[in-house]
Amino acid sequence: MPRQEAAIRAKNFKEVALGYTPEMAAEEASRCIQCPKRPCVEGCPVNVDIPEFIKALREGKMADAVIALKDKNALPGICGRVCPQESQCEGKCTLLKQKAPVAIGRLERYVADWERQNKAAMPPGAPLPPLTGKKVAVIGSGPAGLTAAADLVKKGHGVTIFEALHVGGGVLMYGIPEFRLPKEIVQNEVNFVKSLGADLVLDAVVGKCDTIDELLNNGYDAVFLGTGAGLPMFLNIPGENVNGIYSANEWLTRTNLMKAYLFPNYDTPMRVGKKVAVIGGGNVAMDGARCALRLGAEEVYIVYRRSEAELPARREEVENAMEEGIIFKFLTNPIKFLDDGKGWVSSMECVEMELGEPDASGRRRPIVKKGSEFIMKIDTVVVALGTTPNPLIASTTEGLKTTSHGTVVADESTGKTVKDKVWAGGDIVTGAATVISAMGAGKRAAADIDKFLMGK
Amino acid sequence: MEVGKTTRELGLLKTGDSIMSLTGPLGLPTHIENYGTVVCVAGGFAVAPVTPIARAMKQAGNKVISILGARNKELIFWEDELRNVSDKLIVTTDDGTYGRKGLVTEPLKEILESGEKVNLVVAIGPSVMMKFCARTTQPFGVKTIVSLNPIMVDGTGMCGCCRVVVGGQTKFACVDGPDFDAHQVDWDLLAARQRTYLEEEKQAMENWQCQCGKHS
Repeated sequence: MPRQEAAIRAKNFKEVALGYTPEMAAEEASRCIQCPKRPCVEGCPVNVDIPEFIKALREGKMADAVIALKDKNALPGICGRVCPQESQCEGKCTLLKQKAPVAIGRLERYVADWERQNKAAMPPGAPLPPLTGKKVAVIGSGPAGLTAAADLVKKGHGVTIFEALHVGGGVLMYGIPEFRLPKEIVQNEVNFVKSLGADLVLDAVVGKCDTIDELLNNGYDAVFLGTGAGLPMFLNIPGENVNGIYSANEWLTRTNLMKAYLFPNYDTPMRVGKKVAVIGGGNVAMDGARCALRLGAEEVYIVYRRSEAELPARREEVENAMEEGIIFKFLTNPIKFLDDGKGWVSSMECVEMELGEPDASGRRRPIVKKGSEFIMKIDTVVVALGTTPNPLIASTTEGLKTTSHGTVVADESTGKTVKDKVWAGGDIVTGAATVISAMGAGKRAAADIDKFLMGK
Repeated sequence: MEVGKTTRELGLLKTGDSIMSLTGPLGLPTHIENYGTVVCVAGGFAVAPVTPIARAMKQAGNKVISILGARNKELIFWEDELRNVSDKLIVTTDDGTYGRKGLVTEPLKEILESGEKVNLVVAIGPSVMMKFCARTTQPFGVKTIVSLNPIMVDGTGMCGCCRVVVGGQTKFACVDGPDFDAHQVDWDLLAARQRTYLEEEKQAMENWQCQCGKHS
């Protein structure tokens, strides 16, 4: 996959991966042997008909490729860019053990991008069924909500999506950086869902502006909760509230959603120092670190308490980050932040870690090495430890069951919660996970809501 | 009363104009009950949030004594609105150009010293004013509620920008607040965090004024 050169791309917010040329796409598509077992389909959380769309692409039948792809995946332009294909479709590819798996993600992206640029060449979509007269409130316009909304509208139900922010897309807009997922593509997908007939209401903070029960008592026959996991986790160590220490949510929201890199044309700046430490090892940590570089930091560190092998981030983003010059400090954990006497962070006391037996997550447990304290001089910190669901919905909705992590309890195969007429899916149920798993949950819930509404 | 760039931009709007986005109500509402006697202290612009609180306290059966203070006469507004919902109103200006000369903490202290039983003080205004109101009421052991105004981004609890320390614990002002127990607030931390973008705020203002200059 052609990419912007590391030294150049580390200074701009343009998309890193430049996309296949038609020749590259044709060549990669012909690598697929169309094997009868089709393990790739099983590896996909929404079971995209992968061999079908690749065959159509190989034969130059682009419109057919789009139709095959979008039959199961409403947001292919997004998934092709952010799915961890290595642990999903590509991780199951028959060719995995031979040369290399078919680059399914890149082909998906190619087909999705082609459709976006050639809308006129697409046949009109299938007509929607007659309206059922039923109304569903979808809370959250992130991947789970958008997918559930699209599937419900296609069944003829009235759908209103309630979004707390001033723009649709959820984490696709505020969290994933511009250089990984251009916001124009996200808005294109949001507009597609609206064009099917879903209403999108912005600035609607359900739990404050309306409660779930108020919605159910005011004309909505069912509610789908897709509000994600937007509550940041902090280290809870001394000095964490000193200036210059940001949650990754704040860091990414200011940068991507609020365009900090275009200050003063936008009024939400980001004060980026010279030496930035990003605490954490997931996709959000990689995103935070790569944003720091692009915002002008001289040195950017990823500080992670386990080793490289345990990094949960998507492999391609780790490689991109390393190529861009981000310094990885493994087996390191901060214990205290110190300030410069004027309220700004100036250094971080850390300890070294070593790996012990696996913990509940299956990864080797990090253990503090006694007496290994050392000081790292940094002037900006991004805490990217993970997120849990914002308690706003659960705390304002009677009858909803939650776990000790704040996630909403819902049936795995249907998304149904214990509260009458309320379903949930995505990060609000699983905790922070992936775009595609949220989409899968949205699809399953939409199918179950449809069954309920139609009295099946 | 317009200080920052965005407020000035808002100030240029006319009836019928629109802004891009508005949402609310966010945070937790002020707790209203019949406490007995409530003293409401409004610093400058804060007469705006204090007036509806005073009104609600009055409607709940409280005796409401209000103090309205500002730096000078020009910065006093809504005096009648606040007077109409209070049993008594004291107006102060720092420079004495209107009402009683002095800071709001002076009549506040006098009320507490007078022996009148005060059950609750609600003080809203610039952070330093709220801090000194807290210091004034603390020796008398009177419960004091303040409304904290750290910098915020989303206002729904997703970013932590608005974190304040109250009673040694980190809280999000946009979700757990904005009302907090004044005697538990880490005022120094709040002040430090409010200063985070002073340079950028200045730069945005200069940039905007320069652009306005070009257009006018």
